[in-house]
Amino acid sequence: MKIIVCAKQVPDTNEVKIDPVKGTLIREGVPSILNPDDANALEAALQIKDNNPGTTVTVISMGPPQASYMLRECLAMGADEAVLLSSRAFGGADTCATSTALAAGIRKIGDFDIIFAGRQAIDGDTAQVGPQLAQRLGIPSVTYVQKIREIKENSVVVERALEDGYEVIEVQRPCLLTAIKELNEPRYMTIFQIEEAYKKEIKIWDENDVNVSPDVIGLKGSPTQVFRSFTPPPKGKGEMLTGTVNEMVNALIAKLTEKHVL
Amino acid sequence: MAVRIIEEKCKGCTKCVKACPFEAISMNGKLADIGPSCTNCGACLDVCPFGAIEQVDDGKQGMDITKYHDVWVFAEQRDGELMGVSIELLGEGKRLAQEIGCKLCAVLCGENVDHLVDELYEYGAEKVYYASAPELKTYNTDAYTKVIYEAIIKYKPEIVLLGATHIGRDLGPCLAVKCGTGLTADCTKLDIDPTDKKLMQTRPAFGGNLMATILCPNHRPQMSTVRPGVMSKPERVPGAKGELVKLDASFKEGDIRMKVLEVVKAVTEKVSLTDAKVIVSGGAGLGGPEGFQLIKKLADRLGGVVGASRAAVDAGWIDHSHQVGQTGTTVKPDLYIACGISGAIQHLAGMQTSKIIVAINKNEDAPIFEVADYGIVGDLYKVIPALLEALG
Repeated sequence: MKIIVCAKQVPDTNEVKIDPVKGTLIREGVPSILNPDDANALEAALQIKDNNPGTTVTVISMGPPQASYMLRECLAMGADEAVLLSSRAFGGADTCATSTALAAGIRKIGDFDIIFAGRQAIDGDTAQVGPQLAQRLGIPSVTYVQKIREIKENSVVVERALEDGYEVIEVQRPCLLTAIKELNEPRYMTIFQIEEAYKKEIKIWDENDVNVSPDVIGLKGSPTQVFRSFTPPPKGKGEMLTGTVNEMVNALIAKLTEKHVL
Repeated sequence: MAVRIIEEKCKGCTKCVKACPFEAISMNGKLADIGPSCTNCGACLDVCPFGAIEQVDDGKQGMDITKYHDVWVFAEQRDGELMGVSIELLGEGKRLAQEIGCKLCAVLCGENVDHLVDELYEYGAEKVYYASAPELKTYNTDAYTKVIYEAIIKYKPEIVLLGATHIGRDLGPCLAVKCGTGLTADCTKLDIDPTDKKLMQTRPAFGGNLMATILCPNHRPQMSTVRPGVMSKPERVPGAKGELVKLDASFKEGDIRMKVLEVVKAVTEKVSLTDAKVIVSGGAGLGGPEGFQLIKKLADRLGGVVGASRAAVDAGWIDHSHQVGQTGTTVKPDLYIACGISGAIQHLAGMQTSKIIVAINKNEDAPIFEVADYGIVGDLYKVIPALLEALG
């Protein structure tokens, strides 16, 4: 089988802090990581490869040149090939333009049986690129995949998580599946694989390589535009209760009763 | 940008017709003809043996947006019941429609869910677009996308709002690409620009560290998914009536490429964080999964439900369905009690609009105290039992 995995390098948002004086994001020193859901997507692909000899796994990403570090990590986890779509023309893309670029890259990669993507990236949390990419490629998609039950000759049977349970869905191949963290536990890299990963070449393609017009990608190809960004206003600091535990608890009950929430 | 047929070169081989993922190309006599559902994806360019298809700059920014009117709300139903967020969106959609000066409409898909049509009128919809078919009984990405996409192309709404549920977040992106428009995910605030009547969509980014207001200036419809629990439900007006428009819900072979074999409801207790009046949440400070027993005792005593921070969920102490925050559920109960939660920005993003926030934490510098109405610095294993005792 031929499997393609979409991955993104993201800042670790757990580490992002706000400058208390300027009210701006402090991004310096924040590590860049492989987006967590994408690690689950890659793991799903690698498990299929483990069980089906002859399977190849190609990882594709769009991003600045330094995203190749993240792709190297994917190779060290066991991916066979890595492609990075990188050029100024791709920059500033919303999800719509991102899916156009990835679709062009995947058309160049060629035939595939399954595309895996993470459900969403932790820097944007949109969960849109996966299903949008499937629409552009004209293939069916299933999002929020928590389990792969069976890979059949012409279809895949998966479990799709809902807020209050899950659905069992059979989807025709080729298809696109988006992974959530419940799907699996991503594997670690081994020293040997890390060494091997550095022997492999990461292909870097620009818009000409994937034959896509600069007008439909990047900022130019994005229907949505950021009008303004701002840090959310903090709620005013409240009252710190003091005294012994019992005094604080009694004071709290009195306050909450007064506010009619008890 | 547009894809164009170079008529002199087209030989009528129909390869592009078959290659188009959107069924946008048809044959007009001996020539290929590109229809309105073209998304400029370029798939046809590669397959034409004669180089007869080109992508050209048509000089237009986007599309003719003046033909688009009305606010649509996707009326998401499961098992014949409207989702709470759809009702919230009717309230919000009404406000937007009034500011623009247009109608509020609902789009309903299902099988034999006629009873919901009246409910939608009663929550403020002036018009209900309704598709009924066995294929639409439970949500199916392909079936719902086809029916609603065709309705959007035909009736041209100016704004389409969907709840940011697992279903809305699946359907929204598919519709947006097919319509060739933008989509803003997980909005927490919507406004109409008073000068040009455009939709201003505000959403959190970077785990809630930053808010961004997004516009979709040159493409229609303007589409947003909206977080459940953020907007208020409107008053229900019994007996309110509106106009019913039946949608085509016929399918041919190949239209639907996935099948829902089974729907399994969670056996664990359903956590309705969004509707809860009282939430008691636990975080890393609990030290282990057993701490949630104490949290549950307090929640039960107050008639509330149990919430959790991402740290507690990631540690595997409690199910994800309890998670409050940017990647969990957004809540605004009357009373939110945060126990052993430091207050990472992504957690605050999901709970800071609660009416009253109480924080119990050992660390007096914890950011949670910045948003708390009442703070108690102390060991939650001493404070909560004392609280339970005092409450009787």
